[in-house]
Amino acid sequence: MAVDFKEKEVLIEEVISVYSERAKKNRKEHIGVNSRETCGSCVAKSNIKSLPGVMTPRGCAYAGSKGVVWGPVKDVINISHGPIGCGHYSWGTRRNLANGETAVESFVPFQFTTDFKERDIVFGGDKKLEQAIKELHELFPTAKGIVIESECPIGLIGDDIEAVAKKMTDETGIPVIPVRCEGFRGVSQSLGHHIANDSIRDFVVGTGKIDESKKTPYDVAILGDYNIGGDVWSSMKIFKEMGLNVVAHWSGDGSIEEMKITHGVNYLLLHCYRSMNYIATHFEEKFGIPWVEYNFFGHTKIKESIRKIAKLFDGNIQEKAENVIKSYEPKMQQIIDKYRPRLEGKKVMMLVGGLRPRHIVGAYEDLGMKVVATAYEFAHSDDYERTTKELEDGSIIADDMNEYELVELANRLKPDLVASGIKEKYVFQKMGIPFRQMHSWDYSGPYHGYDGFEIFARDMDLAINSPAWKLVKPRWKK
Amino acid sequence: MGHIFRDAGIKKEVIDIMEKEEVKKIKEWMNTEEYKEKNFNRQAIVINPERACQPLGAVLCAVGFENTMSFVHGSHGCVAYYRNNLSRHFREPLAAVSTSLTEDGAVFGGQANAFEGFKNAADLYKPKMFAISTTCMSEIIGDDLGSIVANAREKGRLAEDILAPYANTPSFVGSQLEGYDNMLNAIIEGIAKKPEAGMEKTDVINIIPGFDTTLGNINEIKRILKIFGAKFLVLADYSNTLDYPLNGEYKMYPEGATKLEDVKTCANNKATIALQRYSTKKTVATLSEKLGQDARVVKSPIGINYTDDFLMTVSEISRLEIPKELEDERGKAIDCMTDAQQYIHGKKFAVFGDPDLLVGLVSYLLEMGGIPKYVLCSNGNEEFKKEIEDLFENYSASEGEVYIDKDLWHLRSLLMTDKADMLIGPSHGKFAARDAGIPHIRVGYPIFDRVNIHRYPLYGYTGVINLTTWIVNKFLDILDDTSDDAHFELLR
Repeated sequence: MAVDFKEKEVLIEEVISVYSERAKKNRKEHIGVNSRETCGSCVAKSNIKSLPGVMTPRGCAYAGSKGVVWGPVKDVINISHGPIGCGHYSWGTRRNLANGETAVESFVPFQFTTDFKERDIVFGGDKKLEQAIKELHELFPTAKGIVIESECPIGLIGDDIEAVAKKMTDETGIPVIPVRCEGFRGVSQSLGHHIANDSIRDFVVGTGKIDESKKTPYDVAILGDYNIGGDVWSSMKIFKEMGLNVVAHWSGDGSIEEMKITHGVNYLLLHCYRSMNYIATHFEEKFGIPWVEYNFFGHTKIKESIRKIAKLFDGNIQEKAENVIKSYEPKMQQIIDKYRPRLEGKKVMMLVGGLRPRHIVGAYEDLGMKVVATAYEFAHSDDYERTTKELEDGSIIADDMNEYELVELANRLKPDLVASGIKEKYVFQKMGIPFRQMHSWDYSGPYHGYDGFEIFARDMDLAINSPAWKLVKPRWKK
Repeated sequence: MGHIFRDAGIKKEVIDIMEKEEVKKIKEWMNTEEYKEKNFNRQAIVINPERACQPLGAVLCAVGFENTMSFVHGSHGCVAYYRNNLSRHFREPLAAVSTSLTEDGAVFGGQANAFEGFKNAADLYKPKMFAISTTCMSEIIGDDLGSIVANAREKGRLAEDILAPYANTPSFVGSQLEGYDNMLNAIIEGIAKKPEAGMEKTDVINIIPGFDTTLGNINEIKRILKIFGAKFLVLADYSNTLDYPLNGEYKMYPEGATKLEDVKTCANNKATIALQRYSTKKTVATLSEKLGQDARVVKSPIGINYTDDFLMTVSEISRLEIPKELEDERGKAIDCMTDAQQYIHGKKFAVFGDPDLLVGLVSYLLEMGGIPKYVLCSNGNEEFKKEIEDLFENYSASEGEVYIDKDLWHLRSLLMTDKADMLIGPSHGKFAARDAGIPHIRVGYPIFDRVNIHRYPLYGYTGVINLTTWIVNKFLDILDDTSDDAHFELLR
């Protein structure tokens, strides 16, 4: 059946008709109809300012740095440097699971803050920061590093956290890393990822000693997996079965100790391109280590990714890779046989961060579902280039999609499932539309890897086919 | 659900992993008196404080008013955080917008963003009121909300028919409690008319719940007042807006919030009762000093005594007798307490959270013969400390200790060096409770890891029954779980 692009364009026009001319012109450039033929940035403009007064789903640079990149690194202490709120709101809310004894080997479940008061704003907080680091070093002697995550006031009052960090590195003997991720920088979380990547580049990468005797040709590092609900572990299981030696995983269940020696690996395997392409590129430029993107969502993409990665290595790994694929085929078939009949033809709308709106498409398709619209919070043009190829022609692609547009779109596209975040969840559930949180896996997971796909399939089924949804309308109103 | 691969069994051979013995030794050191002393000596670093920032309180307050959109002057990252956190607690949608300030806002000020924000938000969300608050950023760059609003009106960027009360809610002062207070104060001060001299008061009693995320409390107060037959107006009533029926329709402004018309005339009502002290100070002062209200603050009605206080206050103001129905409810609550008191008497409790809730909880525990051994508040002041100490004195509870400006890492040291039998407080306490090996009853804000708790009142005689049920049955569950065959008895 030919795709009716015109019909979709009219639909988008309707959705944005409420805006003033100025705002409409802006938003129109961010929403488009997919065609595999055209370029990604032709479909949607990206990484520019959100409209004030509009309920954007976006967060800030601090959220990207502390919440995403640095937060999961378990053996360092993250100080939310500034007033109380930012650290409170990002405390334990991203589900970055980490092995190890809390307070000795892992500091992930903590909220450390310098808790700025008015006097700190007026007189500056450098002294307090210095004192805080001394206290932390004494109270948590096993921490392998301290990361200073700047909140908005730091950049506005002109504190010199770099000087404090340098002094304290000398004094404590562990890296103390200043991160300029004030929330007002950039337009979204995305700049925070970049700033955090740069701080890792400047203070961590290459600082570890590589033990040459322990090196193998199969040493790899995972980049851009944050171990939401255990994603890293279900992915590592596959890599191990393939015969690869995962030396480091950034940054879910990861450690600064691994980051320091990552320059010793042969390949970097990049899952979340958006948040870690910067450091991957640095490794390539400085150490000549190639990186390859992969996708561990859904049977088809996992299989493709295993083969793509195996190709980088010798026949031994390639053979093992084929065996891995073969060994999981029956289980995958079982999952598809069980869930596909229950999910076939169901329509999905997605709004997630900078990777999943394209990466999860294949997993839905494995279950016979169709992604009718996909939207990013903070993607860039290179993400859109990668997105158009993943989606069918005629699907809607949108950038920085706000709640109003999402609701209006849902009213017209009538999805069977909306997959987005906590802010969106209850909006759609009130509308009687099944929903899954796709940042936190809705407190389930893992969703990565073969083991993850089974859970993913089960979760989509339990959301869509819950008998509770059939009770929304009372019988006397049917 | 789901966590099937806690450890895939892959050890990284290239990194020195700490020996198990060494880890154990350090963790044990963290449980010592020596560590506790170090921990209590810290001056600068704050570790796991149960306290959020002002704008979050302002946003919650705004949800309680009819067709009101929270309008936060600052970065959209802040607003994403408030919405996330409140939605996680209530499991409800929560609308709020920001002016999306970025670096050029820091340089040129945020007026241009505010103007554009007013226009866009009005087009999309058609509010009757913007409840405007600030963040650390807009406070530091020195934006003046008064002139921004006035300029926007003058230049036609903010329609005259949209109310726009504004409050300064700097994140580096106080906590969510002050934010709630500042916003409520701004709304009342901005909208309420001062009664003309000689004007007769209505029979209505204003009720200010304060920063209360236990929706069941607000509903319970309304139920009690209905039994009284008293007329009342809840100021900032989000008991429906954050708990409206799922019927297939999303409503940005669900019905049931406080009507703006009612706010206009609220100063003409008979009296005001605030159910929290520390989140209503400014508002209560405005009502009594500027608007001539008989504005009173009662202790949060938790436990028998404070519920009695509340009923007597209502009775005194309304000149209505305390109804037999409520007296019967009281009797049933006392019945429940005496049936169960043997399981609480002499037990030691650690409680933490917001100050008003703690005063009420401590009073209830003392009524039950419990020992509130540790009372820890990350946003309490000396006045609060005195309230708790007075309670200890009244009950000769010499074992009680009260800590203000302390955090949950302090609490952990307390629990590890001298254990309590149970922890009561918000979800963040679960880590300390686990380390101490004691049960944790969830009350307060935020509750992220249990469902529906916020629907059950802690207030009133119903609250007494709820608290008693949760606390006692938790102890009994543990008794059953840990009994050997001989002591695994039917009768408890």
